[in-house]
Amino acid sequence: MYVAVKGGEKAIDEAHAWLAHERRGDPATPVLDTAQIREQLTLSCYRVMAEGSLYDLDLAALAIKQARGDLIEAIFLIRAYRTTLPRFGVSAPIDTSAMLCLRRISATFKDAPGGQLLGPTFDYTHRLLDFTLLANGEAPLKHDERDSLAKGMASPSAEPLARVSDILGNDALLQAEPTGDEAPGDLTREPLEFPADRALRLQSLSRADEGFALSLAYSTQRGYGRNHPFIGELRVGVVEVSMEIPELGFSVVIGEMTVTECETVNQFVGSRKQPAQFTRGYGLTFGHTERKAIAMALLDRALRWEELGEDNVGAPAQDAEFVLSHADNIQATGFLEHIKLPHYVDFQSELELVRRLRAEAGQ
Amino acid sequence: MSDYNFAYLDEQTKRMIRRALLKAIAVPGYQVPFASREMPMPYGWGTGGVQVTASTLVPEDVLKVIDQGADDTTNAVSIRRFFEVTAGVETTTEVPVATLIQTRHRVPETPLTEGQIIVYQVPIPEPLRFLEPRETETRKMHSLGEYGLMHVKLYEDIARHGEIATTYAYPARVSSGYVMDPSPIPKFDNPKLDHSPAIQLFGAGREQRIYALPPWTSVQSLDFEDHPFDPSRADGECALCGSKDSYLDEVITDDAGGRMFICSDTDYCARRSEGAA
Repeated sequence: MYVAVKGGEKAIDEAHAWLAHERRGDPATPVLDTAQIREQLTLSCYRVMAEGSLYDLDLAALAIKQARGDLIEAIFLIRAYRTTLPRFGVSAPIDTSAMLCLRRISATFKDAPGGQLLGPTFDYTHRLLDFTLLANGEAPLKHDERDSLAKGMASPSAEPLARVSDILGNDALLQAEPTGDEAPGDLTREPLEFPADRALRLQSLSRADEGFALSLAYSTQRGYGRNHPFIGELRVGVVEVSMEIPELGFSVVIGEMTVTECETVNQFVGSRKQPAQFTRGYGLTFGHTERKAIAMALLDRALRWEELGEDNVGAPAQDAEFVLSHADNIQATGFLEHIKLPHYVDFQSELELVRRLRAEAGQ
Repeated sequence: MSDYNFAYLDEQTKRMIRRALLKAIAVPGYQVPFASREMPMPYGWGTGGVQVTASTLVPEDVLKVIDQGADDTTNAVSIRRFFEVTAGVETTTEVPVATLIQTRHRVPETPLTEGQIIVYQVPIPEPLRFLEPRETETRKMHSLGEYGLMHVKLYEDIARHGEIATTYAYPARVSSGYVMDPSPIPKFDNPKLDHSPAIQLFGAGREQRIYALPPWTSVQSLDFEDHPFDPSRADGECALCGSKDSYLDEVITDDAGGRMFICSDTDYCARRSEGAA
């Protein structure tokens, strides 16, 4: 008898129980503490914060634990939580020039005031599996390594570092960006409509799926809308967040956060509208998420073709509607995975049509 | 669930959605952009419908949720439970008792009545989307009433297959002049939209669009004079209640090609079976 779709309620309960069981894994292994995730899987937490658009390491760690390490699922948990939070106000713009840098590199100048600061990077590691970690061991640091690390971490960059882009900008070699106090749009409060201005494009890119941003940015490097980027500066560090308190009449610092900022310097030979000048792409993301920030900067630059009077060569990365409509992994995964839901009714109507067409063809 | 507001959404968000709904009702078939929120279920699972329901629901409402016509499909169960927990409203499976019905892919067989609200979950609200992927273009086409492309597509179907090869999400023209997507209901259900006494609301969460049909609105499925619209259904009758008029699901009963047809509308089928017994 027909029972296939009955008992949906019971099936859901059983599925959830099984899921919880699987999440815990073998009870003989210790329970994973969210503090361990926060401290030891920090880059996962940063990605979840960046794409979840919520700066909270502890909640990111919780989401990763609850999602069994599925980062898109974790980002989804954070987004669904974020949307329920009340808004108390809007912070003042963060000042990344005043950042205490953990890392600061420029690929355009051998040296810049303040120097190149490698910081904690995988860049020059040799990708060899470290089997001591498998045995839950840690290679001890040498004495002098420990000393200099303690010193470096205590005062990342003692002084704010001058921005490479400002140095170029002083000679008008680099196009100046508009300044102003007008409030940018908010894509979490207003539906995204096209054409979208640069502020909205940057918001969308900042929370875009890392993989999507990476691959599209890569496509520009391979010739689909090439824009000749150099990393003018990549900086990772801590900035203060301050907020104007109306009752006080001045702004107070309400917290600190780690962000990654990437400014690319792009060749620009000039157009009918403008003389030759370097232009920039901009990326800013929560946490230490530099792959994403660089990809964002390349995409930002590719999407600026129109305002710079460049040709649209038909590259996917130049198409704002294409990029922004498909960059959000929560939207994408929802719609992709929804085809798992029942579609009996639509399929039945297709089935009838195909049968009819085949019968007619057979006659 | 005292941590959350009645029906989950905060009042500010509900107000924003209600404004979009009012505009949608005022311009039938027009797709109103709205700032869709992330919901605790995935996009594609009915977040648009859920937001519309959450913004429309009042504590006195009696809610029915169906998916594929059935009250007991997994996602219908999940959405119904969501509102049981967050809104504490009474739920039902019976169409005549319900004051608000959220649906995916079907319109109930039992005729709706005045005072009822039906909320459709919509994946792609834009009827022109698969002819023109750009939102900037399709909005222009709607504002100019430029639907020639759609008619060409339907004509090409007839030229190629002898009939229009769209069987669900069949486009319809609203009295306002807009062409709308009725959501992926089978075209069998399209006539039920026309001059319905109920308020019909359509929510597309991921695409951030709301549209609506006020009661007694004319909704005509697109067709040609010499190829009139045909709301087809499977030939046969329901193996459970014997209905010859309802939309049928085909169920495979064994691995030797055995199959049977049953009503996709479980409430309709169950009440017919009870009445017959």
